[in-house]
Amino acid sequence: MNLSQQILQYILSGLSTGAIYGLVGLGFAIIFSSTAIVNFAQGEFVMLGGMLSVFFLEVVKLPLWLAVPVAILTATMTGVAFERLAIRPLKQATPLSLVIITIGGSILLRGLAMLFWGKDTHALPPFSGNEPLTLAGATILPQHLWIFAVTLLVITGNKLFFYYSISGKAMRACAHNRRAASLVGIDVQRMVLYSFALSSAIGAMAGIIIAPLTMTSYDVGIMLGLKGFCAAIIGGMSSGLGTVIGGIVLGLLESFGAGFVSSGYKDAIAFVILLLILIIRPQGLFHRGESERV
Amino acid sequence: MLGKTLAAAQIALLVLGVGNSALAAQPIKIGALFAVTGPASFLGEPERNTAQMVVAEINRAGGIKGQMLELIVYDTQGDATKAVQAANRLIKEDRVVAIIGPSTTGDTMAVIPLVEKEQIPLISCAAGIKITEPLKKWVFKTAQNDSLAVAKIYERLVRQKISRVAILTVSDSFGSSGREQLKAQAARFGIQIETDDTYGPKDTDMTAQLTRIRGSQAQALICWGTNPGPAVIARNAKQLGLKLPLYMSHGVSSKKFIELAGDAAEGITLPSGRVLVAELLPESDRQKKSLLGFVKDYQRHYNKEGDHFGGHAWDAVMLLKGAIERGADTPATIREQLEKSRGFAGIGGIFNFSPQDHAGLASDAFVLVEIKNRDWLLVK
Repeated sequence: MNLSQQILQYILSGLSTGAIYGLVGLGFAIIFSSTAIVNFAQGEFVMLGGMLSVFFLEVVKLPLWLAVPVAILTATMTGVAFERLAIRPLKQATPLSLVIITIGGSILLRGLAMLFWGKDTHALPPFSGNEPLTLAGATILPQHLWIFAVTLLVITGNKLFFYYSISGKAMRACAHNRRAASLVGIDVQRMVLYSFALSSAIGAMAGIIIAPLTMTSYDVGIMLGLKGFCAAIIGGMSSGLGTVIGGIVLGLLESFGAGFVSSGYKDAIAFVILLLILIIRPQGLFHRGESERV
Repeated sequence: MLGKTLAAAQIALLVLGVGNSALAAQPIKIGALFAVTGPASFLGEPERNTAQMVVAEINRAGGIKGQMLELIVYDTQGDATKAVQAANRLIKEDRVVAIIGPSTTGDTMAVIPLVEKEQIPLISCAAGIKITEPLKKWVFKTAQNDSLAVAKIYERLVRQKISRVAILTVSDSFGSSGREQLKAQAARFGIQIETDDTYGPKDTDMTAQLTRIRGSQAQALICWGTNPGPAVIARNAKQLGLKLPLYMSHGVSSKKFIELAGDAAEGITLPSGRVLVAELLPESDRQKKSLLGFVKDYQRHYNKEGDHFGGHAWDAVMLLKGAIERGADTPATIREQLEKSRGFAGIGGIFNFSPQDHAGLASDAFVLVEIKNRDWLLVK
C-alpha cells in the first residue's frame, strides 16, 4: 500500500468519524443558540438512539425500517420530558446551574440505560450490506455513505428550517435576544422546548447511523458527547455547516494524528484543539466576533 | 390492641428463633471483593454471580462437614481505595476467615499489604503476574497469567514460521500488561515487533492504526483488549481488506465477541481458558467434569453462559472448600491447606499450589481456539 493510498484512507476515516462528531455537535449548538445552555446530556441522546433501536429491533422485534423511526421518536420524547421536568421548572436559573442540571440528567439517563439494558455492548445490523467499497485503493463501508447522506440531509434540513419556517425564524430570534423576541410575541419557552426536541432527535439519529459501525452500549455517550462538544466549539456553536466542518476538522486531525504520529495521542489532539480554540478564538473558527451581532 | 401485641410477640419469637438456629449452625464466614460495578464490571459481575451460586450449592448439599458457608460480598467498583476499605471491613467487622477477589490487579495490589499484616488468606481473581511474583505468604490467585496467553500465541506463530508481527493494544491496564508481555517475550521466540500501536478503550474507529499496519512488514497482527474495541478492530480489518492473520487475547474469549464482530470474526485465533470449549474437549481431559458442571449450573441459575471470569471465582471458592474439608478452620490453617492444594482440576486449569508457587498453573491452562462459522474450533 503506497503513501497516497494511505493518505486517502486517513481522509476517508477522518471524514466519516468527523461527520458523526459534527452531528453530535449540532445538537449542542441548537440548544445553545436558543437557550444559552450547554446541554451536556447531548451525548446521552446519541446513546439512547443506538440503544433504543437495538431494543426495538431485538426485543420488540420490529423490522429495522420501523425500529429506527420509533427509536428517534422515543428519544425525542425523552428530550422533551427532560426539558419539561428538569429545565423549565427552574425560575431564573443561572446558566451555570442549568449546565449542572444537564450533567445530572446525563448521569441519570446513563444509569437508567444501564439498569434497563445492562452493561453489554450491542451491535445493530448495517442498513445496506457489509461489503467494503473500494475507492482508488482506499476502502469504505456502505454504512459510511449513510452517515454522509444523513449529515448532508440534516444540514440542509436545518438550513431550511431555521431560515424559511416561522418556528425556525422565531428560534433564531430567541438566540439573538430573548427579551426582544418575547416582546414581539414569540413564545420563548416553546422555542426552548422545540430546540430540545430537535437536538435530541438529531442526536438519536447520529447514534443510530453509527451503531452498526461502532456498536453501542450504555456509556458510549460520554466520549461522543465530548467530541461533539469540541466540534461545536470549533464551529462557534453555529447550528449549520460550521459545526459539521468543525467535526470534520477534528476527525481528520485525529485520523492523521493516529496514522502519522501515534495513536496514543488521538484524544489528546482533540482536547488540545478544544483548549486552543477556547483561548484564541472563543467565538469559533468561522464566526466574526460577537460584537457584529448587535 | 391485643392483636398488635400478639403480632409483636410473634415477630419477637420469629427473630429469636432465627437467631437461635444461626447460632447453632455457626456458619464459616468468607469475604469477597468484586468490581461488580464500574469499568471492570465485566469481571466482577460474573465473579460475584458465580461465587454466590457455588456457595448456595455447597449449602444446599449440607455445607462442608455440616457447617454452612456465609459469603459476604462487597463491591470495589474497580477502585483501589474502596477495595482497601471493604477489605478492612471484612477483616475487622465481619471477621471472615478468608477473602476471595478482588477482580482487578490494581485492587489486589492495594489490598495485599493489609491481608499480609492481618494474616488473612486472599485468593485473588485477577491476572497480573506481580500478584504472586514475588511470592507473598497470604496471597494466592486463580486467574491465568497474561504471560501464559502471550506464550501460547507466540508458540503458534513460531510453528507457522511467522517472525514479524504488529501489535495493537488497548490503553488500559489489561492492554498495557499484555503489551509489556508481548514485548518482553518476543526475543525469546525470535519474534520481531514491526509496529506497536494502541487505541483508547472507548475508540470507535481504528482504521488509521490498521492502515499503518497494512503499510508495514508485519506478517500477523496481535490485538490485546476487551470488548468492544477488538470487535471494532475485526470489522475495520475486514473493511480495509487486511490480509494478515489476526490474533486476539483471552480478553475477548466470549460469545459476545463473535456476536459483536459478526462475519469479521471468522478466522480469528485466540488463547482461551477451556471453559469456552468445554463440550469439544476429549473425554480424557481432567477438567472436563468441572467445566461442564460450572457451565450447566451457571446456565440454570442466571440463564447465561458461564465465562472464564466467573470461573476464577469458581476455582477460588472450590479451593477454599477443599482446604476447609481437609480440616482447616482458622485463617492460618486455611492458608496452610491452600498451599497444599495439588492436582485440583478447576475451570482455569489444573492447580498445583506449593510454598514456592501461589499461582499454580502451567501454560497448558490455555488452549488456542479459532472462530469458524460463528463458533469456536479447538486449534491442535
